[in-house]
Amino acid sequence: MKTTYQVDERGYYGDFGGAYIPEMLYPNVEELRTRYLEIMKEESFQKEFKQLLKDYVGRPTPLYFAEGFSKKYNTKIYLKREDLCHTGAHKVNNTIGQILMAKKLGKTRVIAETGAGQHGVATATVCALMGIECVVYMGEIDIARQAPNVARMKMLGATVVPAKSGSRTLKDATNEAIRDWINNPVNTHYIIGSVVGPHPYPDMVARFQSVISEEVKIQLKEKEGRENPDYVVACVGGGSNAAGLFYHYLDNEDVGIIAVEAAGEGVLSGKSAATSALGKEGIIHGSKTLLMQTEDGQITEPYSISAGLDYPGVGPMHANLFRTGRGEFISVTDKDAMDAGLVLSKLEGIIPAIETAHALAIFETRKFKEDDVVVINLSGRGDKDLNTYIEHFNL
Amino acid sequence: MNRINQKLQESQKLLSIYFTAGYPEIEDTARIIEALEKSGADMIEIGLPFSDPLADGPTIQQSSEAALRNGMTTNKLFSQIVNIRKTVNIPLIIMGYFNPILQYGVEKFCQKCKETGIDGLIIPDLPVEEYKTHYQEIFEKYDLIPVFLITPQTSEERIRFIDDVSNGFIYMVSSASVTGGTTGFGDEQMDYFKRISNLDLKTPTIVGFGISSAASFKQATEFSKGAIIGSAFIKHLSHHGVDKISEFVKVLR
Repeated sequence: MKTTYQVDERGYYGDFGGAYIPEMLYPNVEELRTRYLEIMKEESFQKEFKQLLKDYVGRPTPLYFAEGFSKKYNTKIYLKREDLCHTGAHKVNNTIGQILMAKKLGKTRVIAETGAGQHGVATATVCALMGIECVVYMGEIDIARQAPNVARMKMLGATVVPAKSGSRTLKDATNEAIRDWINNPVNTHYIIGSVVGPHPYPDMVARFQSVISEEVKIQLKEKEGRENPDYVVACVGGGSNAAGLFYHYLDNEDVGIIAVEAAGEGVLSGKSAATSALGKEGIIHGSKTLLMQTEDGQITEPYSISAGLDYPGVGPMHANLFRTGRGEFISVTDKDAMDAGLVLSKLEGIIPAIETAHALAIFETRKFKEDDVVVINLSGRGDKDLNTYIEHFNL
Repeated sequence: MNRINQKLQESQKLLSIYFTAGYPEIEDTARIIEALEKSGADMIEIGLPFSDPLADGPTIQQSSEAALRNGMTTNKLFSQIVNIRKTVNIPLIIMGYFNPILQYGVEKFCQKCKETGIDGLIIPDLPVEEYKTHYQEIFEKYDLIPVFLITPQTSEERIRFIDDVSNGFIYMVSSASVTGGTTGFGDEQMDYFKRISNLDLKTPTIVGFGISSAASFKQATEFSKGAIIGSAFIKHLSHHGVDKISEFVKVLR
C-alpha cells in the first residue's frame, strides 16, 4: 500500500491525532466527526463556500514570482499571496468553511480562541457576515498587547472574553473555549483556528485551507508548465497555513516539504517555540502530538516574538511529517525572522507578518539549486506587526 | 475484592470527596486523606494537578495551579502516600488528566498505584474506546478500577457501552458544565438521574458536579449510589484549612 500522510479513518496521522476529550465534549465532537465529510461534499455547501472565497475573501490569491528575492538567493521563489485575503491572512479560509459548517449543524452561537487576534478577527468577521453570535476567548496578556485586534473584534460585534487562567495566553484561551463548549453543548460551534484539537478538527481545518495548494497547482502550471514545485515552504505554529500549502503535495514525494518553526531566542535558550526540536509526544487540547512539556507532563509556555507561532504544540499532521522524515523542519530565531521581514519589504515591496517572515528567513542558510522552484506561503501581512517592527528596528 | 467494590456493596449512600494533591500545602496529602476517613467520608479522589485542566472550573484550576507552584509532581504524590495503607482503609482513587500519566508511563503509573494501595483511576480525557483498546489489560493486571463519565447528553447506546466496560461505578456528571458550576438541582437534573436509574445498569452510578451541601447531596443520591463533592471542599480548605475538615464532612448527612 502506498504511504499516505493524510489522516486515517480513526483520525490519526501515523502515531498522532485522535480525540482525547472529556466525555462532556463527546456528543459535540462526535456529531462533527460523523457529519463533516458529508456536509463538505454537499453541492450547496461547496457552492456557497467557493462563492464566498471568491467574492468575499478575494480568491484565488495570486502566485507571485518574487524576482528580486529570487535573485538574492539564486533560486526561483514564488510567493502564495495569502496576505491579500480579506482580514489579512489565510485564517479566513477556515472560518468561512466553519461558519457554513456551523449553519448546517444548526448552531446559533460560535466560540473561538485567539492568540494575537488574527483568528479571532477572522471568526468575528464571518459571524458578522452571517449574523451569528460570536464569543472570542483571548489570554489576558494577549489582550493587553494586541489592542487593535481586540478593537476590530468588538467593531465586528464579537464579545472578547479574557482568559485569566494559567499563563493567560493562547493555550489558556483554548482551554477556556473548550470549557465554554462543555458548558454549552447544544447550540454552540467551536471554530478552532488551526490544525490542532481533537479529530476531526485537524483534518477539517486542513481541508478548508487546502484551497491554497489547489490554487498553487493550477497557477504553477500556468507559470512553469508544471503543477509540482521542488519545495513548498511554510511557517508552523499550530500549522494551518502550512497544512493548506502542503495538502495536495503530502503524498507526492517529488515535492519537498519544509516546515519552519519559531526558535525564539534560540532553540536551547529556554525561550523558544520550536516544538519539533523541544517537544515530546503527549496530549494537548484533545490531540496526541508533539508538545513542549516538563518531565512531569505539565505543558510549558513557549516563546516567540510572533504571537501566531507561540503555541506549545503542533498539529498532528506536522508531528507525523517530522517523525517520518517526510518534512524537513527548520527553526528560525526572532532576529533572523525580523531581518527577513525587512529584506522582503525592501526587495519586493511586501511587508510580511512576522510569522511568515520565519519562512522567508531560511534562504540565508538553506541553499537551493538555481533552477529549483520554491513556493512559500506568504500567510499574512505585516500591518498587525508594525509596532513590533518599529520597536525592533527603531523605525 | 477491590476496596471500591466492597464499599459499593454497603447499604448507605456513598459520600466521595475530591481534593487536589499538594493544596493548600505541599505536604497536606496524607493528612487530608486521614482526616476525611475519620470524618466519615466513604471514598476519596486524589487530584493529580495538571497545568491545563480542561474539564475543571476556576476553583479546581486554582488549586491545581497552586499545587504545581508548591512543587507537586507525580513522584512526589506517590512518595507522600507510600505508607497510606498503614493508616487508612478508605477506597482511594486518583483523578488526573492523561498527559502526566502518559509521561510517567501508563504501566509504571498503574504499578505504582497498586503498590501504594490506590483502587481506581479517573482520567477524564482518556476516552473509553482508547482505554479498551490500549489500557484495559494493564488496569486489570494491577487491579485498578477505571471510572468513566456520562453526561445528560450521553446517548443510551453509549451509556450501555460504558456500563459494559465499567467494573466499579459510573461517574454521572450532573449537568453540562465544568466542575464547580451551579449548585443544587432542578427538575431537569432530577429527571436525568431518574432516567439513568431506570436503565437498570449493572454498574452503580455516583453523581458529581454541582454538589456542595447536605441538601444537594440528598437530591443527587435519591436515584444513585452516591455523590462526589470537589470544588466546595476545595473552597472549604482554602478558607478554613486542613484542621476543620470534619466540620465540612459531618454536616453533609
